[in-house]
Amino acid sequence: MTRNPMSLTAVLFLSMGLPVLAQIDLSGSWQSKNHEDALERGAGPNPGDFTGIPFNESGRAMALTNSQSQLSMPERICAFYSQWHMMVGTFGVKIWNETDPVTGKTIAWVVGAWEDRAQMTIWMDGRPHPSKNAPHSQAGFTTGVWDGDVLTAYTTHMLTGYLRRNGVMTSDQATMTTHFIRHGDMLTLASQLEDPIYLSEPYYITRTFVNTTALMNSGGPPCIPGDEGVPEGTVPHYLPGKNPLVDEMTKLYNIPREAAMGGAETMYPAFREKIKDKFTMPAKCQRNCGGPPPGQN
Amino acid sequence: MGYRIVNRLFALMLAVVPLAAQAPRGGRGGPPQSPQAMAPIDLTGYWVSIVDEDWRFRMVMPAPGDYQGVPMTVAARQLADAWDPAKDEAAGEQCKAYGAPALLRQPEHLRFTWQDDRTMRLDADAGTQTRLFHFGDWKAPTGPPTLQGDSIAAWEVRRQPGNPAPDPGAPPQGKGSLKVTTSHLRAGYLRKNGVPYSENATLAEYYDMIKEHNGDLMLVVTIVVTDPQYLREPFIITSHFKKQVTDDGWHPTPCSAKW
Repeated sequence: MTRNPMSLTAVLFLSMGLPVLAQIDLSGSWQSKNHEDALERGAGPNPGDFTGIPFNESGRAMALTNSQSQLSMPERICAFYSQWHMMVGTFGVKIWNETDPVTGKTIAWVVGAWEDRAQMTIWMDGRPHPSKNAPHSQAGFTTGVWDGDVLTAYTTHMLTGYLRRNGVMTSDQATMTTHFIRHGDMLTLASQLEDPIYLSEPYYITRTFVNTTALMNSGGPPCIPGDEGVPEGTVPHYLPGKNPLVDEMTKLYNIPREAAMGGAETMYPAFREKIKDKFTMPAKCQRNCGGPPPGQN
Repeated sequence: MGYRIVNRLFALMLAVVPLAAQAPRGGRGGPPQSPQAMAPIDLTGYWVSIVDEDWRFRMVMPAPGDYQGVPMTVAARQLADAWDPAKDEAAGEQCKAYGAPALLRQPEHLRFTWQDDRTMRLDADAGTQTRLFHFGDWKAPTGPPTLQGDSIAAWEVRRQPGNPAPDPGAPPQGKGSLKVTTSHLRAGYLRKNGVPYSENATLAEYYDMIKEHNGDLMLVVTIVVTDPQYLREPFIITSHFKKQVTDDGWHPTPCSAKW
């Protein structure tokens, strides 16, 4: 009996390969393109910049009590950001798939960690999310499904963290839905964060990364707590009505306080009419102005 | 004999799967279907922009000299430093920040319709602008470059071989993207404070629809502006919009160089 090797390949293809073709390979190193929200993703947002945040009153009050010096508390120096930091941080992402050693099927997609964000493991094997009473972690718990060529990941069980690195917080009840959309060498992440404690509407962020041959690390370096001068037993904060940076956006950009303080209406075009007569274009950019770096042409 | 059939089927699948989106045929040997009939996603209707990124560059007039995030060249900076909105308005150039590379960064409502079965129309109430996305072998008319340029559109469909549509010619609904490439652009601004793009700029966009956990339907547009004259590398941003069931908020307004 003779066998045609091509037919064996074909049978193998037909029997095993078809479902896999419906998915997209996300693996690789993806460089972040910080062309939007460059300041927020790089050096960090201005204090008191809550523009476009669909706060409720609790969320705004919480943000206004925040002092960035909290990050110097020994207990919090290494308290990582939540998974949301993937959308608002400055770094690229390394992605790979974990496969079942017997079947070869992908059981999880993994987004590598950064120094200050835990690894995201997106379970693809149909396992359920833990009980609502299960412990929360910085990494949270994530499952994923393919919708056509788009991988949709759903994250629950995160600890409280930053929505924006100037005190805008997410609660431990927040959930995050992230869509991984690949177009050739570009990977767009579209993420929605829902938080019944601090937000009145979902918050959306979209980011694009570009595939690179430069090898990215899958984690680290490790965080090492140190003494940054915050006395033991103190939690830096501002009491209600006492935040001295509340008008920073007004001073820098002439943005009215009602806009700087956020709220769902600040996300929508109609809000422009509300502040039109209260805004005057600043005479000149004062700081963090960007532009070509020295020596470029 | 059997292996030949399998081999042919295998070869046929290898050939057909990647090309499925490029060869729209009517089901069961019928004539080619139109791009409208082949649409894997339905963009028609009204969308509102969600402005929670680059807020200070979009919702208000950014300060002169604020170029944060744009990979601009020195030549671009020199041009931007000389930006004068009053001069633009006096010259009738108040729409320079409403050209195709920047239009979807405006706080606005969008309306998608089919002008005919091969041409999708995108109206934006900000600046009362219209873009036309031409499918197929459309030939751009000769003439000077325009604010919205010439846009060629194509569906990007990746058929799922394991779950073929009941009709081989029918699109897999919800499984695909719209790619639009635009050239022949008149020079304009990437941001309202005079960050320029030149007539050599080209634009590539990917339109994706996603359904959110809470039921919201979102439109995600990945925008890539390439300009060898004024950009050191492609300028890559992503805008997102939420689907509306009505035309609520649709309010066409003229271009403004000062707001």
